[in-house]
Amino acid sequence: MSSSVLNRQSTGLRIFSTGFIIIWLLMAAFPFLWTLWGSFKVELDFFSIADWTNAITGDRTIAVHGSAFTGAGYEGAWVQENFGRAFMNTAIVCVFVVCISLTLGTLGGYALSRSGYRYTFWLLMTALIFRAMPPITLVSGYLPPFFEYNVWGYLPTAIIVLVAINQPFTLWMLHSFFMKIPKDLDESAKVDGCTQFQAFRHVIIPVMWPGVITTGLFSFLLAYNDFAVTTMLLNKENQTMVPKIASFLGTTQTEGNVMFAVAAVVSATAPLFILVMFFQRQIVSGLTAGAVKG
Amino acid sequence: MRHKTFLAFFAPTAIAMLLFIALPIISVIIQSVHTPHDQVFRIVENCGPFGCKEETTIDQDASAALKEAAPLGKFVGLDIYFDRGHLAISEVVQAWRESATFGEFRKKLGNLPFYRAMAFTLTYTFTVTPMLIILGFAIAIGANSLNKYLKGFVIFFSLLPMIVTPLIGSLILFWMIDSRGIIGTFIQWAAGDPDLSLKASTGLTWVMLIVYGIWSSAPFAFVVFYAGLQTLPSETLEAARIDGASRWQQIKYVTIPHLMPLVTFVALIQIMDNFRVFEPIVGFNAEAHATSLSWIIFNDLSGETQLLASAATTSVLTIICVAILLSPVLVRTWRDFNQKA
Repeated sequence: MSSSVLNRQSTGLRIFSTGFIIIWLLMAAFPFLWTLWGSFKVELDFFSIADWTNAITGDRTIAVHGSAFTGAGYEGAWVQENFGRAFMNTAIVCVFVVCISLTLGTLGGYALSRSGYRYTFWLLMTALIFRAMPPITLVSGYLPPFFEYNVWGYLPTAIIVLVAINQPFTLWMLHSFFMKIPKDLDESAKVDGCTQFQAFRHVIIPVMWPGVITTGLFSFLLAYNDFAVTTMLLNKENQTMVPKIASFLGTTQTEGNVMFAVAAVVSATAPLFILVMFFQRQIVSGLTAGAVKG
Repeated sequence: MRHKTFLAFFAPTAIAMLLFIALPIISVIIQSVHTPHDQVFRIVENCGPFGCKEETTIDQDASAALKEAAPLGKFVGLDIYFDRGHLAISEVVQAWRESATFGEFRKKLGNLPFYRAMAFTLTYTFTVTPMLIILGFAIAIGANSLNKYLKGFVIFFSLLPMIVTPLIGSLILFWMIDSRGIIGTFIQWAAGDPDLSLKASTGLTWVMLIVYGIWSSAPFAFVVFYAGLQTLPSETLEAARIDGASRWQQIKYVTIPHLMPLVTFVALIQIMDNFRVFEPIVGFNAEAHATSLSWIIFNDLSGETQLLASAATTSVLTIICVAILLSPVLVRTWRDFNQKA
């Protein structure tokens, strides 16, 4: 916006608006910083009955470990509870879900954007309805056949299901993205004798990466953040991080276990932090692109 | 594009969606009208040294044979839909007849799982959605007047509550509002009641979940509105200023009308998303005070014996509710598409 004289804010308004933003930033960021800080303490500091400042100074932590910081929670989660396995599982699930759903979605979204027939509209509408359904409503449909064919509990099963659940959203994003790439581009390639696939391969693929990366980020988030499907479809050994954290909570009785969960939560948030840091622009553009968030 | 080429491009994604979305929906519908077979009982006379006794045992072979003949179970029509765990028609009618006042009727409805879940889900959806729009709008206006470097910083931190896994986000807040956590301690101090626990009261649990809902979804509204503000026509604003419009009047008569289509968009998306509220209930451990349809399905499926038929019925009911909420979006898309064509 132009910084004309007319646009200048009064001091009172400026203070009010800045204050409001600072309060919002505190609300948005403080819980994460607090939990990160607290994850290096013992449970009696993190949940302190005696004095809340203990969570900052770490009095009990010093009494137990001799220093205000301890990696005991992380050690418990990663070594004792084998959280690394869950981390690897999440990594595998995310990589495959993103790659497969982008491959299928790019082809499908491109076809939808280049076909002028009426049925593309109905396909998009169906996709929209599928996207709106909570994934957990489908789970009771998955279980009997998965048990029958003995594929329940394995990572590939969860990957395929997540890819399918992801498709409607991917199709919508990539469809609206391909609509923005001028049709003349691949039409002229076809005039020069390319088949549709060759036109796609040589003309569209080189220019599609910004849209694909944005869509891929959201596919990644869907796979990474999923709780309903992965909890119901994976067995204990193949659990990804989010169900694993949920299972920590079931056993909160023994002291220290809560700190395992806290450490695991911080570990699982860290990759998302990095993601937002590097891809902030793409996430924002994806959110504003239209058919988004899911 | 010719039909054949279209099919070649579209087939992989179509197959994935058919097999893992369309077929499961059909399967869920079929499951919802069947219940598992009853066990076949057999009365055997058991004679020992102390005389004969009649005993009822399960006839394993006959039960297995029955299951073999009809693996889906017994067809029961819409019975499961009407039973106590779902729409509970007879219980509702009875409660209506026996209640003198509407308040009493509502209280009785609150004991039925489906209506209990609906009460929370609808309250949640229709308080969180308007509030997150207002908060998102306020942040967008505030952030827009900052300088370029601060903007990026504000956007980075604002995205976090939305990007973070819902279960993890709710756990982080849950630990803080625990009566021994920092916010919990603060609230106890502010209320002057050292025994106050947010987890113990239904009303406070709802407030807690609603606050989480606003916290985690306001960034989405913020980002969309912020992007909308970048396209605000500066001539109109300038004209308004020259006409002597105050800052508030500029917002009211220029900015808000300009953002109105985005408000509708955010509201429609958020109503659908908030309706499926699920992870916060698990994360906040709030099922004693607040449930949702998704949570009921999850609970049916994760028990010792999986109640597939019951879960399937709730799933179908959820899909119907989502379809109702989705209808305005569908109408809008229909209109957009016809305009373009």
